[in-house]
Amino acid sequence: MEFTVNHQALAYLVSAILFILGLKGLTHPSTARRGNFYAMFGMLIAIAATLLSRNVQSYGFIIAGIAGGAVIGTIVALRIQMTAMPQLVAALHSFVGLAAVLVGVGTFLHKQEAGLLNAVLMGEISAGVVIGAITFTGSIIAFGKLQGLLSGAPVKFVGQHQLNAVIALATVALAVYFALTGSLLSLMAVTLLALTLGITLIIPIGGADMPVIISMLNSYSGWAAAATGFTLHNDLLIIVGALVGCSGAILSFIMCKAMNRSIINVVFGGFGSDSGTGDSAGAQAAHKGVKSAAVEDAVYWMEDANRVIIVPGYGMAVAQAQHSLKELMELLEARGVEVKFAIHPVAGRMPGHMNVLLAEADIPYDRVLEMDEINPEFPSTDVVLVVGANDVVNPAAKEDKTSPIYGMPILEAGRARQIYFLKRSMRPGYSGVDNLLFYQDNTSLVFGDAKDTIDGMNAALKGSGH
Amino acid sequence: MPEALDPSIIALYIFVLACFIGYWVVWGVTPSLHTPLVALTNAISGIVLVGALLVAGDPHAGILIQFIGFLAVLLASINVFGGFLVTHRMLSMFKKKK
Repeated sequence: MEFTVNHQALAYLVSAILFILGLKGLTHPSTARRGNFYAMFGMLIAIAATLLSRNVQSYGFIIAGIAGGAVIGTIVALRIQMTAMPQLVAALHSFVGLAAVLVGVGTFLHKQEAGLLNAVLMGEISAGVVIGAITFTGSIIAFGKLQGLLSGAPVKFVGQHQLNAVIALATVALAVYFALTGSLLSLMAVTLLALTLGITLIIPIGGADMPVIISMLNSYSGWAAAATGFTLHNDLLIIVGALVGCSGAILSFIMCKAMNRSIINVVFGGFGSDSGTGDSAGAQAAHKGVKSAAVEDAVYWMEDANRVIIVPGYGMAVAQAQHSLKELMELLEARGVEVKFAIHPVAGRMPGHMNVLLAEADIPYDRVLEMDEINPEFPSTDVVLVVGANDVVNPAAKEDKTSPIYGMPILEAGRARQIYFLKRSMRPGYSGVDNLLFYQDNTSLVFGDAKDTIDGMNAALKGSGH
Repeated sequence: MPEALDPSIIALYIFVLACFIGYWVVWGVTPSLHTPLVALTNAISGIVLVGALLVAGDPHAGILIQFIGFLAVLLASINVFGGFLVTHRMLSMFKKKK
């Protein structure tokens, strides 16, 4: 029996359903792994149905490409550290973008040879190439910032928005010209402009906004796939592109809301540069001084507590302190102390980053609570341990109208009886804003590397042997 | 002969309806799995592999086109394999209290 386009379309339908079920599986950790397998199976069907089609006849390059990709992808996926997930994701986004560009250009050359070009097709090709190119260079910049190859500070210059607008307009104008004339040169120019736009769009966005950037580029990579689907009249690509595009857009929205900022403000804002103005509450509090405490002091309060809440932030990831935290949790639980973890939506460098790191350390996910779930528990909590987080517990977001982070929803750690901050230095958080919580009477700072400090606590707990 | 519908319009139908499905499904994803969500969507956006196969697999196309297709297949495959595997690795870590 011959494998016709109708068979292929039915196979694509099955794989689209499997992708949707795959995403649906992420509704709960207990169904998530099954969901991932559904999606893998969907991909397998999609690839098989494509290879069986009459349009694919030559397999040399395909086998080489898939084999190479399988080896590289597998090695990277097995070796990558969980703390480096944001970088990996950025790198993978850039690949989708570049692949979309290549498919667009390849399709153009192919159809040109066959004499099958028309204005609609070329319009679709340019859309795919433009979105793909922006995703590609934008993700490379994001990767560079995350990996520390580029400064995380926003790069701003005079006339930046005007420049972006000019490039964007020129890109659209050239794309229209290309659609009408079909000149390869104009397609190349469109690609170059879009590549430039990817850089100039992402470079002004500060490190504090990385969770939004990751989500946005995730969304772009989906739209790039969808545009490629329009080019190739491939419904599966359109469906998957739409799913991914939506997913990234929703995550961007959630992240923006968690920072009380609009997406426009993030894209054009350049957050994370200047600190607060002179007469703010933060500056006044600075004169009150800060208390610092020893490890034993924190242990003394924690071991007799009823409930301890740990607030992890990116500093925990940097110090790789998650495994020590797990030990601390067990030692405290052995003493009958209830231990919970509180996660702010934008803690870390990508959505859900902290949850993965805690899961890596074998901390059960039912101990890890989201902001809205845990906030009512802070007033009845004896000790809060803030590990490498800062802005997400800053009461300035509620109290200081002049603060740049005013209005951002926070973890209300300050309402607990005792607050211990594990910090390396007095440096402010990523937003550059002074933390009012440092100056509260029941707050103490424990200076040092987060992992060393927690290991010290663990040693003290083991030594005291109640 | 009845008036034929432009295939691009049907594609638009599919696109818009798929956006609605994506919207409902993704809002249901628990925040604790947002990183695996990004990794999984990353893996499935490797579906551009399908487009890459079509470019690389036509024997009548010139060698340049096939080579462009090869590069696209390579990149998309890294996404597919890397994305699914790293998602699996992460999801395997999420455990309930014994």
